Amino acid sequence: MQSLGIRVLFNVKNIRRLLEGLMVTARIAFISILIGSLLGVVLGVIWTAKRKWIRSICRIYLEMFRIIPIFVWLFVMYFGGTTALNVDLSGETVSIIVFTLWGTAEMGDIVRGALKSLPQHQVESGKAIGLGFWELYRYILIPQAVRRMLPGAINLATRMIKTTSLVVLIGVIDVIKVGQQIIEYSRIEIPTASFWVYGFVFILYFAVCYPLSKLSRMLENKWNR
Amino acid sequence: MKLNWQFILDSLPLYRDAAWITLKLGFWGILFSLAIGLICIIAQYFRVKLLRSIVQVYIELSRNTPLLIQLFFLYFGLTKLGIALSENTCAIIGLSFLGGSYMAEAFRSGLEAVSRSQIESGLSIGLSRAQLVRYVILPQAFSVGIPSIGANCIFLLKETSIVGAIAVVDLMNVTKDLIGMYYQTFEALFMLVAVYLIMILPLSIFLTWLERKARYAEFGNQGSV
Repeated sequence: MQSLGIRVLFNVKNIRRLLEGLMVTARIAFISILIGSLLGVVLGVIWTAKRKWIRSICRIYLEMFRIIPIFVWLFVMYFGGTTALNVDLSGETVSIIVFTLWGTAEMGDIVRGALKSLPQHQVESGKAIGLGFWELYRYILIPQAVRRMLPGAINLATRMIKTTSLVVLIGVIDVIKVGQQIIEYSRIEIPTASFWVYGFVFILYFAVCYPLSKLSRMLENKWNR
Repeated sequence: MKLNWQFILDSLPLYRDAAWITLKLGFWGILFSLAIGLICIIAQYFRVKLLRSIVQVYIELSRNTPLLIQLFFLYFGLTKLGIALSENTCAIIGLSFLGGSYMAEAFRSGLEAVSRSQIESGLSIGLSRAQLVRYVILPQAFSVGIPSIGANCIFLLKETSIVGAIAVVDLMNVTKDLIGMYYQTFEALFMLVAVYLIMILPLSIFLTWLERKARYAEFGNQGSV
C-alpha cells in the first residue's frame, strides 16, 4: 500500500507532535539568533578598535568557528564541556550556548564589515561636531551600517536555522527526533512513513528558510544598487 | 585535566582511517559540486529554456534545507521506495546536492563581476568568441570567483562532519564510540578537534593567500578588501 503512506501525515496526533518538535527547534534558533546578533553588534564595534591585538583576538575567535565544524563544537560542549566543568547541561542548553557563540562571531564579522565600509569622514564629522563615542555609534554609524549588514544578517539567520537540525544528534527532542519516533512506531502499519515524514520535515525547513533568503536578496538588490 | 597520551596513541589509526574517509567523501563531494555548479551556471548564463527553471528550483531547494535532512531523506526515505543506496553513496550525493548550488552561486558572482564594457571592448577590438572567453571573461571571473569557490570547498569539507548521522564511520562516530566505550572523553574530543584543525587550517591559510594573489590580478585593482 505504498500510495497510502502519506496518511502518516494526515494523523492529527502526528502533526501536532511534529509541530511541538518544531517549537523546540524554533526556540533554540530564536534565542541564539537574538542573543547572538546583540552580542555580535558589540563584538563588531570592538573589532573596529585601533589596537591590533584586540582585532587579532576577535579574528581568532571567528576563525575558531570557521575552521572547526559547528557539529564538532556541539560535541565538545556536550561531552567535554559538561565533564570538565562538572555541570549537567541539557542538549538544548548546550545547543543554545554553541549557536549563540557562533552567531556572535559571524555577526561580529558582518557588523565590522558594515562599519568599515562607511566613509571615514562620517566618523570625523561626527567627532568634529563634538559627539562622544556612544552618540557617534548611536546616531551616526549604527543607523547607516544597519542597511549594509541586514542582508548578511538575515542570511546568517537562515544558516543558523538550518544548522539547528544538528541538535537532534546530541539528544534534543526536536522536530527530526519526533519524526523518527513517528516513523518507528508506524513501521508496521506504514512502511513508507520515513519517506513522507522526512519529506515533510524537508519542506518545513524550506518553508522557513526560503522566505528569509528571498527577503535578504530583495533587500540586497534594493539597497546595494 | 591530564590527557592519557597512551590512549591517544592507540586511537590514532582509528582517527586516521576516519579522516581518510572524510577526505575521500569531501573530495568527491567537491568534485561533483563543481560539475553540478558548472551545469547550473551554463544553463543560466546561456538561458537554456527548460533546464534553466529546473536549475532555479534546484538551487532554492538545496540552499534552503539542511544537509542532515537531505541525507536522512536520501538514506532512510528513498530506501522505502525501493531505491537503496549505500551510506557512502548517500553522503556523496547529499554533499553534491548541497554544494552544487553554492558552487553555482560562486561561479555566478564571478561572471557577473565581468562588466559589460569589458566584453564589448573585447568584441570591438576583434576578438573571437573563444578568445573573448579565454582572455577577457575567464581571468576576471576567476579572480573574483576563486575566493568563494575555495570557501565553498572548506564549507563542504566541514559539512562532512554530519555524514556520521547516516552510519558512515567518520570522525564524529569514532569519537562518539570512544567516549561511549572507554569514557576517554577529553582524549577523544582532543583528537577530533586536532584532526579537523590539521585538515582545514592549512586549507584556510592557503585560501587567504590565494585570495590576496587573485585580488592582485583584478582589473583596475582598487586595493579594497
